[in-house]
Amino acid sequence: MKRTVIITNAQILDPASGLDVKGSLLVEDGRVTDIAEGASPGAPEGAEVEDARGKHLFAGLVDMRVFTGEPGHEYRETLSSAAKAAAAGGVTSFVAMPDTSPVIDDGSLVDFIARRAEQQAIVRVVPSAAITKGLAGTELTEFGLLKEAGAQLLTDGRESIQSSAVLRSAFTYAANFDLPIAHLPRDAALAGTGVMNEGLFATTLGLPAIPLEAESIPLTRDLQLAALTGVKYHAAQISCADAVKLMAAALQQSENVSAGVSINNLTLNELDVGSYRTFFKLSPPLRAEADRLAMVEGLKTGAVSAIHSDHDPQDVEVKRQPFAEAASGAIGLETLFAAALRLVHAGLLPLETIIRALTSGPADILGIDAGTLRKGAKADFILADLDYPWVNDESRIVSRSQNTTFEGARFTGKVMATYVGGKRVFADAEGESSK
Amino acid sequence: MAGSEPSSTPEGDAQAPAVFPPFLHRHLLGISQLNQYEIVNLLDRADAMVPISRQPRKVHPTLTGKTQINLFFESSTRTQSSFEIAGKRLGAQVTNMSVKTSSVNKGETLIDTAATLNAMRPDVIVVRHSAAGAVELLSQKVECSVVNAGDGAHEHPTQGLLDALTIRRAKGRLAGLTVAICGDIANSRVARSNLLLLGAMQVRTRVVAPRSLLPAGIENLCTEVCITMEDGLRDADVVMMLRLQKERAALAITPSSREYYRFYGLDAEKLAYAKPDAMVMHPGPMNRGVEIDPAIADGPQSVINDQVEMGVAVRMAVLDALLAESEQAA
Repeated sequence: MKRTVIITNAQILDPASGLDVKGSLLVEDGRVTDIAEGASPGAPEGAEVEDARGKHLFAGLVDMRVFTGEPGHEYRETLSSAAKAAAAGGVTSFVAMPDTSPVIDDGSLVDFIARRAEQQAIVRVVPSAAITKGLAGTELTEFGLLKEAGAQLLTDGRESIQSSAVLRSAFTYAANFDLPIAHLPRDAALAGTGVMNEGLFATTLGLPAIPLEAESIPLTRDLQLAALTGVKYHAAQISCADAVKLMAAALQQSENVSAGVSINNLTLNELDVGSYRTFFKLSPPLRAEADRLAMVEGLKTGAVSAIHSDHDPQDVEVKRQPFAEAASGAIGLETLFAAALRLVHAGLLPLETIIRALTSGPADILGIDAGTLRKGAKADFILADLDYPWVNDESRIVSRSQNTTFEGARFTGKVMATYVGGKRVFADAEGESSK
Repeated sequence: MAGSEPSSTPEGDAQAPAVFPPFLHRHLLGISQLNQYEIVNLLDRADAMVPISRQPRKVHPTLTGKTQINLFFESSTRTQSSFEIAGKRLGAQVTNMSVKTSSVNKGETLIDTAATLNAMRPDVIVVRHSAAGAVELLSQKVECSVVNAGDGAHEHPTQGLLDALTIRRAKGRLAGLTVAICGDIANSRVARSNLLLLGAMQVRTRVVAPRSLLPAGIENLCTEVCITMEDGLRDADVVMMLRLQKERAALAITPSSREYYRFYGLDAEKLAYAKPDAMVMHPGPMNRGVEIDPAIADGPQSVINDQVEMGVAVRMAVLDALLAESEQAA
């Protein structure tokens, strides 16, 4: 018998299909089969009906940049625990980055991730694979075989390939297999030993700093090589105003390029580092407020089309260190949606822009069937209360690691329920009890 | 030079120092934590400590029975000795620990060492570390007082205090003077502590360096930025030289010592731009012939040895202010 789920009385917004109605969503056998405006039509017998009065319904979020510790560092995060954190944050598909131990640079390892995720993860995991063996930036991996094994994105994760020749080969070869490449633009020599944004604040703290040009110079090169090779190129993370300008110019010439921004660079700035707070040590570093606002503007103009969590679980041992010696990275899956809503509540961006950049934006870059509620799409969606006030207490954290940049943060708006393939995988406990 | 100036406490009457306002901090992590009154408080206390070191019997046992650990993750002869002598003259039991850090797990060593030392119940730990913020991090893990003896390119508060004390004793005041700080500003914790302290004391400061040795945003730090010694030293009351790290040459920041000396090394010709009675200072250790002409370093305007003497006095004052007070408060 068909499994039927009906969500009624929801404010349904789906930028990808241009839909913005109050009504009902009909799900049959894990796919969206209808969206009806206004009062719900009679429910067929045996259907599960959920009244979503007062809530918004969006496609499930697609997160292009999630690091886990599996395999190799399971105490930080497993695919299973990352998936639970994702569900709690409304993320129904995420790209598992290849920066594991061993590095995901071989077909059998991609297969391991895919199978492991299938068995253990409550949301969809999109396997990625390394561009270069061991993320060393020198020798290309077997793109064709990796794709056959299930890799849907090539990326060297936290690493940035320094050799223009290697990048050119990678772009050319990836275009050959029609695989998108996500690459972090970072000039290693220019970044040097830097650990935070260059400027007065780094000078005051006495910390070695990273200039903006460590991002904009390699981004210029990447975009030129992308134009040369025709690869589907995604600047994995950009953080400064110059990078937004470069992207805007490149997008005039080609639809094959895109850029993503981490929720951290979008909602925080360098001053959050405060007194050497290592949870705010990130790569790229938190930049000046003007750069943050440029990223917001980039989303508005379309120069930046994806927001991701840059979820990067790190344990206490590597974070409780002097700033320069501590590991980079912060978890972010659970707070991605609420933090992004801050921009809406602050009047900086329309809700539609945020939702697009969290759903169909990244799904289109990846070329996956996700991020929309159009008829026939997978029934991955979330119910959210945009005005729900909450505090991100440590006790709430679902991830195995605690290194959040939003420790104790106050948010307005929360994911109340998450559905994958029409099946509910998360429901907020408080949201439930207040019904 | 400083020795010929009268101090605020009569010589030879070291056992009866004035009563100073309490110093309401548990740690001394940086000049940035101090306001003007607290700086003056510490300088006055240090002034009163100077005569003790000039007595035949250099004892002022306010810290008898206290345990002081000097924990140096970065090697240093003079600062460590200075803290050791300061503690001993106050009657504290001083232990020196030089920690050779493996490049792999420095931070782990730091926290582990902090926990271990804390269990030995010291009263104060004096810490030097190559990473900015490391001393503050350590201070959060121990129950005793912590004194920052230099953390990366962040702060070196006792150096800032001893420089100010040396200037104040020689010139009789701080406010209104012009101090030129010359050299590797970008990588210098001495420069940062001095800029903060002198700024708080209404001293007009200038930083003088090639652009490659100036950190980003320095012009917004309430200091005047000069890129020639002529501009920087003009009518200065104090010329403070910084040590040029030789390894900077490898980064092509200063291609050679001889070129650096030609344009930024302090010689008689450049010193002539400053006031005739300008003091010449250097935190040491000096690279003679790189940032300073040996003749200037040893010349009549140099107060470099006075700085070393004031270093002991300042460190005695800091240890006394942190520890003697906590006893009374307890």
